[in-house]
Amino acid sequence: MIEARALTKTFGLKLVLKGVHLDVAPGEFVALLGPNGAGKTTLLRILATLARPTLGQVKIAGFSLPQAASAARQKLGVVSHQPLLYSDLSAEENLRFYARMYGLGQYEARLTAVLDQVGLAARRRDLVRTFSRGMQQRLAIARALLHEPEVMLFDEPYTGLDHAAANMLDQVLRDVAARGRTVLMTTHDLARGFALANRVLILARGVIAHSARTSEMGLNGFLQTYERVVNERG
Amino acid sequence: MSAVNAYARTVAAVLWKDLTAEIRSKELLSAMLVFSLLVVLIFNFALELDKAARENVMAGVLWVTAVFSGTLGLNRSLALEKDRGSLDGLLLAPVDRSAIYFGKVLGNWLFMLTVQVIVLPVFSILFNRPILNPMLIVILLLGTAGYAVIGTLLASMAIHTRAREVMLPILLLPVTVPVLVAAVRASSAALINADWEDIAPWFNLLLSYDVIFIGVAYMVFDYVVEE
Amino acid sequence: MPQRNLTLLNLLTLGIMLIATGLVFFYAPTEREMGEVQRVFYFHVAAGWIGGLAFFVTLVTGILYLRTNNSRWDMIGYLSVEIGLVFSLINIISGSIWARPIWNTWWTWDPRLTTVTILVLVYVAYIMLRQSLEDPERRARFAAVYGIIGFISVPLTFFSIRIWRTIHPVVIGSGDPEAQGQMNMTPAMRFTFIFALIAFTVLYACLLANRLRLEQMAQRVEQLKLKILSA
Repeated sequence: MIEARALTKTFGLKLVLKGVHLDVAPGEFVALLGPNGAGKTTLLRILATLARPTLGQVKIAGFSLPQAASAARQKLGVVSHQPLLYSDLSAEENLRFYARMYGLGQYEARLTAVLDQVGLAARRRDLVRTFSRGMQQRLAIARALLHEPEVMLFDEPYTGLDHAAANMLDQVLRDVAARGRTVLMTTHDLARGFALANRVLILARGVIAHSARTSEMGLNGFLQTYERVVNERG
Repeated sequence: MSAVNAYARTVAAVLWKDLTAEIRSKELLSAMLVFSLLVVLIFNFALELDKAARENVMAGVLWVTAVFSGTLGLNRSLALEKDRGSLDGLLLAPVDRSAIYFGKVLGNWLFMLTVQVIVLPVFSILFNRPILNPMLIVILLLGTAGYAVIGTLLASMAIHTRAREVMLPILLLPVTVPVLVAAVRASSAALINADWEDIAPWFNLLLSYDVIFIGVAYMVFDYVVEE
Repeated sequence: MPQRNLTLLNLLTLGIMLIATGLVFFYAPTEREMGEVQRVFYFHVAAGWIGGLAFFVTLVTGILYLRTNNSRWDMIGYLSVEIGLVFSLINIISGSIWARPIWNTWWTWDPRLTTVTILVLVYVAYIMLRQSLEDPERRARFAAVYGIIGFISVPLTFFSIRIWRTIHPVVIGSGDPEAQGQMNMTPAMRFTFIFALIAFTVLYACLLANRLRLEQMAQRVEQLKLKILSA
């Protein structure tokens, strides 16, 4: 579903991604971990069609980027650490806007369905300005789910969430994964990432330095591996 | 046919979104309005004119006000998108990006026009000139359209720069001189109810400018928003 | 461009400019009405021509950059703007020098002069835009877009001001009856005029080539610096 080959990204003379190879199979939940500055957000932005790679190939749901970017976007749902919402509009107005942007016909029923799914049905008429960070994040996920994308990308979704909100997000993510979608999530929260995912990837120094199935090891073992991989070569 | 529908739908969606948000917050309109009135007042004090001279400069002051308050609106309109990251939200949608651009242009155009509509009566009083003039209205429409078309494009670039809001007027004013000149000349002529022959060249210039730059913007907008 | 070719170009430019200067001062006859100061005209128009050419080059390289993403086009476009600005300023200043004795004023708001001034403002804005952007790729893209917009706006600016007023001498025919200061050229003058245009064009190419080489070396230094620092 998500494929990257020799993906390279430079910002001027600075090399951020140095030939990333990535494969995410349909229905997999992959957690992308790594230290700050490793290039996780850059990688995610490229996969989300928001940025272009300098070199290399990327495919989302079979569509090659950047040529077929528009078609790929129909299959993608993206949740960034910024909510991407309009604070002067209500929850349902935000969703209605995106439903139109994604070309959905008869969207009212779908609006209600996603609001229910993220537990915001009661607040649908309230302005997003009045939402807490956790609620905004949930609405952002609702937005990403509207057009029933096959692939979902989450960039540090837990940023700024308190304990209760984070648990609720856990639930939503499990729900999303259970419905067979392909998910790639970047996070700083190693334990959470490990708990939710089928597979973990470690991005360090611009390349995928390690890949492992979560079923094959315990959390402690993984944490040690993480430390080792990240601290390699100073 | 369906592709055209999808395009129109996107433009309409973006426009509706901008209008709704603005009606709620009134952030842009109030700033532009207050600013316009202040500019008119400042001109009034700065240019000590007798009655005849005052009538002559009315068109000029009108457009200078429009230009400066327009810059304000353009800046805010795009800064709002960038700061909340909602620009990304727009770019994620499987739509033709130029449709997003035109939706924004229409929104900005409407905001500028709204401010003009409110400020014109004030002008009429201060400069002692009747403003209910169909030709003037047409020129207002064409002139602000040209300004909005180029302004939206350049504002999309300016918000990424270090200097941000300061960058927009520097970029915008030199390339909108034709609009300013044509609009002021045509407005002056319209206000004294001149013949069509006098207004025609300015009218044509405004029209050409609008058409040319809509075309340019359509071709170029993708490059401005991609990363 | 290899060093040897560049040196040849430099020498050629030097030669042709010397000849052009000689023609302007010794070969071209003195103009009947305006006197010696009219000789400024040859340099004035040639400089203006180069300004226009340089910005046209920026338009073309801008389009090429957007289509190919090759940063070399961006570099040429930027350096062309630099050179174009210098020549446009020469155009304005030489125009002023010429205007003072003829029209008894340093400045007028006539179409060509005003348009060139606005042209200068557009490309100063271009440079400010570049300086205000850090990401090189975005900088190149935005500069290309603005270069295109700027160039297209200039003819429109010119027409808008021209429909408005004119007192600039009309050299290349316009039927505008209100234009003052007409000038008719003898064959000798015409020859000098064309030669000056060609000489300045060669000068432009030479300056661009040299400046390009300088910029490429500066970039190499940057790359080497980065290499050493990260090793």
